[in-house]
Amino acid sequence: MRRLLGIQEVIPPVALVTIAALLGTLVSVSTQAYFTDTLVKVAIVVALYVFIGNSGVLSFGHVAFVALGAWTAGVLTVPVAEKPATMPSLAHFLLHRHTGNVTSLAVAAVVGAIAAGLVGVPLMRLSGLAAGIATFAVLEITYNLLQYEERVGPGTNTFSSVPETTGLRQAGIGAVLSVIVAFVYARSRFGRLLRATREDDAAARAVGASVYRQRLIAFTLSGAIAGFAGGLYVHLLPVQIDSVHLDLTFITLAMLVVGGSGSLFGAVVGALAVSAVDSYLSVAENGTSFLGWHIDLPSGTAEIVVGVVMAAVLILRPNGITNGRELRLWRRA
Amino acid sequence: MTVTWQNLADGVALGAIYALMAVGIGLVFGVLRLVNFAYGQLVMAGAFALAISSQHGWPLWVGIVLCFAVVLVLSVAMDYLVFRPLRGQSPAVMLVATFAVAFLLENTALLKFGSLGKIASSVASLNQPWTIGGVDIRKISIVAVIVTVLCLFLLYLLLERTELGLHMRAASMDSATARMLGVRANRVISFAVLISGAFAAVVAIMLTVQTPLVTPDFALRDTIVVLAGVVVGGLNRPIPATLGGFTIGFATGVLGGALPTNQSQYLPAFVFAAVILVLLVRPRGLFDFSKTVERV
Repeated sequence: MRRLLGIQEVIPPVALVTIAALLGTLVSVSTQAYFTDTLVKVAIVVALYVFIGNSGVLSFGHVAFVALGAWTAGVLTVPVAEKPATMPSLAHFLLHRHTGNVTSLAVAAVVGAIAAGLVGVPLMRLSGLAAGIATFAVLEITYNLLQYEERVGPGTNTFSSVPETTGLRQAGIGAVLSVIVAFVYARSRFGRLLRATREDDAAARAVGASVYRQRLIAFTLSGAIAGFAGGLYVHLLPVQIDSVHLDLTFITLAMLVVGGSGSLFGAVVGALAVSAVDSYLSVAENGTSFLGWHIDLPSGTAEIVVGVVMAAVLILRPNGITNGRELRLWRRA
Repeated sequence: MTVTWQNLADGVALGAIYALMAVGIGLVFGVLRLVNFAYGQLVMAGAFALAISSQHGWPLWVGIVLCFAVVLVLSVAMDYLVFRPLRGQSPAVMLVATFAVAFLLENTALLKFGSLGKIASSVASLNQPWTIGGVDIRKISIVAVIVTVLCLFLLYLLLERTELGLHMRAASMDSATARMLGVRANRVISFAVLISGAFAAVVAIMLTVQTPLVTPDFALRDTIVVLAGVVVGGLNRPIPATLGGFTIGFATGVLGGALPTNQSQYLPAFVFAAVILVLLVRPRGLFDFSKTVERV
């Protein structure tokens, strides 16, 4: 019974994601794109939560794994006939490789996990500010290499001719899958040990938890989810290197912080809430009407409002709107 | 790869400018334990002030006064609205918060001035070369070095010869003890923020000579590189931080000019790989030889 009471914590985040996906089926095709985009962002924020939330260590580097996942899934699914035209310098072993949609997502997750694992081996010794700056360096190195290394992708060009298979359904399934993986991890022995190190490093060490190993496991898993989300992203819209750099890092971190990085529920709530504000304002930038008022905001308003909201939440409620707690529907009597 | 005198001069000039930015970031870190990611946006705001003044055809001194005014007002506003409420939070939270402020300011500029940017041409005459012993050296290279040395000397006098400087040094060594001994934290922090802002204004003026086109992401790349340099040098102390900033500016300036494009394009990757290496091997920074306990 106690176990069941714990497992119910997965219901609110999954329900929220499902509701968002179902709402997306009710709106027009052009508005639906915002819902699909939101669901992919949920997957990215969940990846951030798996590491940042459970370990309490900051990472600016996860978008690097999103970028690698996007590059992997993109290169694998561009039709072989079009590769010489869109990516003329592509390495030979990639030129004739072609996989389907689902396989490309799986490979993207594997690539994300491997990259995070390799990067994590040296980096997981760091914490605090040093971890923040080192992971930022990872983001910059990845950005720099993908930008100029045209043997593995389109370089600074936009990914073209990638099949746009990430519709509302695929994004919804992907987001729910990420949430479930994150939940299972958080309730596993590994997740609990890592949260123990977050709460009290010394006490966790004293009972035999290896801070380094637990962080490395979480970092690798979150790299896998981030790579997977990158795969979803490249199948959603034509990705360009700058769309998987600072802007995406900012918005996803903002989502995690606003929702509350301490809980999976917080990650999902933050992703949905910030996306809702961001999408609404983006629509309003192109002119819309609200309760009879005609609203036409200048472009850039969305980012400014999100920036203000993020700074305000950090100052007024540092643990986010959920205060870093999971939502329980039923409590023990 | 061939290094010319012109390359070296450019490298020294960029190093000097980056050293000033490094001191600006390091001063605030010293008293607040806060890495100000939004420092580049202060420089950007100052550069826009210069651009607007040169667009209206105002005299140079008006532009410079405007530049200082804008940057200082913004710095103080940042201190009151963001730094103060966040005091006592972990360095990581503060880093994320300044990251948010950076985006806020960049997008405000985007909203106000558009992505194409404006041209700041009033000081562009410093781009002309002086010929010294058969070598062409751009005036800005020499001006940058002189201005930086002057600024650092004034800062040295302030820190070492005044009571306020003593308080600042005490606060950055051990904030809690300094406060117990009667150092007024808010005053010290306000001054550090103001000096840091003044340096940002100086940097804005010198950078607009090199890059007259001012866009909303002006100085963003520079700040990222300087942050890397400050960490490599050692965040905790002003001199290592300055040296780190100078080194990274000098290295990128010389190598960026001397290496062929197909190699220099990977320069950022090498710089950031070096950052990771230093963080792992010498977490206190390359140039910090003191024996104090690491606080990063």
